[in-house]
Amino acid sequence: MNLKLKIWRQAGRKTKGQFQTYSLEATPEMSFLEMLDVLNEKIIEDKGEPVAFEHDCREGICGSCSMVINGQAHGPMGMTTTCQLHMRHFKDGDTIVIEPFRARAFPVLKDLVVDRSSFDRIIQAGGYISVNTGQAPDGNSILVNQDDSKEAFDAAACIGCGACVAACPNASAMLFASAKVAHLAFLPQGKVERQKRVGRMVAQMDKEGFGNCSNTYACEAECPKGISVDNIAKMNREYFSSSVGSQKD
Amino acid sequence: MSWITNFLTSSLGKKLIMSLTGLFLIVFLVVHLAGNLQLLYDDNGVAFNTYAHFMGENELIQFLSFGLYAFILLHIIQGLVIWVLNRRARGVGYAVSNRKSNSFASRQMALLGLLIFFFLAVHMGDFWYKVKFTDQLTMVPIEGLDGELVKDLHARVSTAFSEWWIVVIYLLGLLALSLHLWHGFQSAFQTLGLNHKKYTPVIKTLGRLYAVLIPLGFATIPLYFYFIK
Ligand code: HEM
Ligand code: SF4
Ligand code: FES
Repeated sequence: MNLKLKIWRQAGRKTKGQFQTYSLEATPEMSFLEMLDVLNEKIIEDKGEPVAFEHDCREGICGSCSMVINGQAHGPMGMTTTCQLHMRHFKDGDTIVIEPFRARAFPVLKDLVVDRSSFDRIIQAGGYISVNTGQAPDGNSILVNQDDSKEAFDAAACIGCGACVAACPNASAMLFASAKVAHLAFLPQGKVERQKRVGRMVAQMDKEGFGNCSNTYACEAECPKGISVDNIAKMNREYFSSSVGSQKD
Repeated sequence: MSWITNFLTSSLGKKLIMSLTGLFLIVFLVVHLAGNLQLLYDDNGVAFNTYAHFMGENELIQFLSFGLYAFILLHIIQGLVIWVLNRRARGVGYAVSNRKSNSFASRQMALLGLLIFFFLAVHMGDFWYKVKFTDQLTMVPIEGLDGELVKDLHARVSTAFSEWWIVVIYLLGLLALSLHLWHGFQSAFQTLGLNHKKYTPVIKTLGRLYAVLIPLGFATIPLYFYFIK
């Protein structure tokens, strides 16, 4: 299949970028990243600078393959990361526009690579537990209600990819932050720091310059792990009740 | 009291203000519509003028109306602040925009809000301002007030809605309101943290009914005066 690729090229954080167009012969069984690998080999043969993009696991679990494909974070398929997207979902002759995630809190480092360390700082602010939970047998001795464990696990499926921020018209990080808050709030081990956690994480999220949630739910639609916006309502509840009703620091 | 400023100026606190002021306006609109539907009585305005006179004189209503002005202003200012912050949070926009993942109304709340604002300016200038601050309205007697004269707001409404362009401004304003609430009604509950599979479907259905029926109810008034009166 013949493709026309319009890819965002930007040499560095401070330099101005622009789109560059490439033609490429691909096959339907390639993954999207393999297609980019083939393009890069061609560019290197022509003594050019390969397109920088981030990837690691290539099996949909690490969350690093961030890019916006034809206006959608991780491309047109629901519940799919870019590395799990295959070229069979495109047609011969298609033009594919590939851009980096756009958010002030995710500055472009090079081409399609953005700096998502603002997510790490949100986690550092409160997305952890500091009680000693012991070894695996100790974990099994703490009883967890089946419904809570299911909900906590659904929220814990978040891979921190940032697609929610990229898809949100306000570049809000609510889905990500709320998945972490909900995940820990459902479990007994997370309850110890529950009230302080949400305030600290929201404060960090605001400090990083993410936008305010308008409940458009684009995040849920484009999240590769199907994280539900119910978590956002849960985080709102946690935040309001802990702001008004807690003995915080 | 620093926790309260921290709380209300955080992203979630800002949205809490939007949600509570929005819900207050939603309740207000029901009362406003119920009162205004009296314009449809074919009684030369007696019922409506009596009601308008009562609303203008009653001290509790006057007190509540200041709350209403404050809440509208707070809603508008906070909405614009959020809009500016959200544009800044995106920074560079996308070359290809995706319209599949969310709805037009949810993306354009600020634009729809501004359209409602322009409509409100025309609406308040035509009725509220003229009643409160000018002597342009004719005075008429109504029953039960021992010959005391009241401002004939019914006649003012009737004159205003004989102009086609005022009717068009009202219909466009109400369309914007309908879209604003199509998204806003359920959004306000999500912001409050009220989301549950037991009652969220009910809220969504109620919100859509409200967003269609309330603006339609208001629209009957200019249409009635223009086409039937
Ligand atoms: C006068 C002009 C108005 C402006 C400029 C305005 C502006 C806005 C904006 C920008 C938002 C979105 C905030 C966000 O989610 O990020 C919003 C939400 C909302 N508005 Fe308005 N609005 C106006 C009038 C109204 C009226 C008359 C009503 C009700 C009758 C209303 C009800 C709501 C509700 C319920 C929400 C949702 C709150 C939430 O998401 O939590 N608005 N408004
Ligand atoms: S919530 Fe979904 S889209 Fe957002 S970071 Fe987690 S996995 Fe990615
Ligand atoms: S490369 Fe790990 S999720 Fe795509």
